[in-house]
Amino acid sequence: MADRHTHSVGLVEPITLHVGEPMALDCGKTLSQFDLVYETYGTLNAARSNAILICHALSGNHHAAGYHNETDAKPGWWDKCIGPGKMIDTNRFFVVSLANLGGYNGSTGPHSLHPETGRYYGPDFPVLTCGDWVRSQDILRDALDIDQWAAVVGGSLGGMQVMQWSIDYPDRLAHAIVIAAAPKLSAQNIAFNEIARQAIVTDPEFHGGRYYEHDVVPRRGLMLARMLGHITYLSDEAMRAKFGRDLRAGRINYGFDVEFQVESYLRYQGQSFVDRFDANTYLLMTKALDYFDPAYATGGDLAAAFAPVTARFLVVSFSSDWRFSPARSREIVDALVDAGKQVSYAEVTSDLGHDDFLLTLPHYVNSLRGYLGRVADEAGT
Amino acid sequence: MNTLLTQTHNGIRDDLALISNWITPGARVLDLGCGDGNLLAHLQRTKDITGYGLEIDADNVIACIEAGVNVLQLDLDAGLDQFEDNSFDFVVMSSALQEVQRPDELIDEMVRIGHDSIVTFPNFGHWRPRMSLGLRGLMPVSRALPNRWYDTPNIHLCTVRDFEGLCESKQVDIVRRHVVNHAHRSNIGMRTFPNLLGEIALYQLRRHTGI
Repeated sequence: MADRHTHSVGLVEPITLHVGEPMALDCGKTLSQFDLVYETYGTLNAARSNAILICHALSGNHHAAGYHNETDAKPGWWDKCIGPGKMIDTNRFFVVSLANLGGYNGSTGPHSLHPETGRYYGPDFPVLTCGDWVRSQDILRDALDIDQWAAVVGGSLGGMQVMQWSIDYPDRLAHAIVIAAAPKLSAQNIAFNEIARQAIVTDPEFHGGRYYEHDVVPRRGLMLARMLGHITYLSDEAMRAKFGRDLRAGRINYGFDVEFQVESYLRYQGQSFVDRFDANTYLLMTKALDYFDPAYATGGDLAAAFAPVTARFLVVSFSSDWRFSPARSREIVDALVDAGKQVSYAEVTSDLGHDDFLLTLPHYVNSLRGYLGRVADEAGT
Repeated sequence: MNTLLTQTHNGIRDDLALISNWITPGARVLDLGCGDGNLLAHLQRTKDITGYGLEIDADNVIACIEAGVNVLQLDLDAGLDQFEDNSFDFVVMSSALQEVQRPDELIDEMVRIGHDSIVTFPNFGHWRPRMSLGLRGLMPVSRALPNRWYDTPNIHLCTVRDFEGLCESKQVDIVRRHVVNHAHRSNIGMRTFPNLLGEIALYQLRRHTGI
């Protein structure tokens, strides 16, 4: 437990920003009012120049680092990388991590009450895009009286928001750090998302998204969605190394219960996810992933989409990531080079797969540490 | 990249200082096999250039990032298709030509991508390697070629005449040539007999315009 206090941001408390002004969304609808829930780690300097925004991925939220209670079993989702002396060093930076709109147990989402009807939003919660998220994140930036982020950082779906920031609000960030992301989903990526969504919406307990009112949860659907997702977060090699064909009971039982260790692992991951996540949120998050395509507005020309960018980029990929492979990151890099933007690219040799971005491979950590060291010098911190 | 080239008191390798003299201020530069980013960092400081280094080694990539040099971790042998024609003022490759799978294809790519290209390589035609092989019957080991045959990264060593023959066959124009010894100094002998007396060769190339 000593580790909690020496290498961690320690106990943190979520803060709620209530936004009373309506916000127009890409889908054409408007959110009349909403809450943004966020946490901060480290100290904002006098010049207000050392703030880093963390954009989270599909299953993330505002709780990126530290603990909410002394008794918490686990710290925030990116605690390995955010903290004093860590990759994103809270001794130098003021780190802001928010829960995106549409999420669960954080900012306003399907599980919130509609301010006019007093009912749960459920399936009526508008479908969101990365553009909407970034617009809401900019409201938080303004509320925190931060003129420009020293850097905006995100992995996977978070990395897509970082790109969106650099295009939509070029003056509001000095650096963009895009980790294990892609410039848009492939047909295969969308296919995986669609299976996950079908698993949820065909669960008899989904009730067209109004399951809160029936006091049930589409457990099986959400569990299947997570199990499927987990397969794509790990490489074939990592699964082989972790589970092989190991049998739980040491022998084949000729049945359909859990026999192989990998089955047990996936069921555990799926079941524990159901307790901390919401099916409607899962649907929304996967849709935001599917829709992300900044080059859509420029006829498929990503370099043209990056034309407004002034931020300098660091792009990082992982060799064993097949969900968003290095080739996808190189598409981002190539477009930035074509657009004449400042960019560095590190391709980290890894074994685990997509989830490597949550961990601390030395090449990864040192690339980011080296880059952020210069960002901190620039920020005068 | 070879580490044969000596460090000087002003913090930049002599061969890089020579290359730097040929780069025009404000240029857009692509450095193939940029190592720790020494040349680009120097050019950023002294000539206000923009550009990128390409480098495969992870530790070098980190060194570049720490030095504030734009670096792309890419394998030169995987090709440079992603770079547009004539998209850089200079494409530089210092002491890496002899380490790549297909130097001829890379030269094609360099003159396609860059308005000008600068190439440096150790000259295998220098009298020392000739003596070593011709008289002693041993693969040469010298200050310019410090590795032994079994641990060398150099898989495509060539001479000044070999290189110029390749350029001629490709119709690549040699804008200028500079041949130096291992201390990066030149003299009248080297200028007269570059293939015999030059240890390191520097070339500025341009695609043939057909005029």
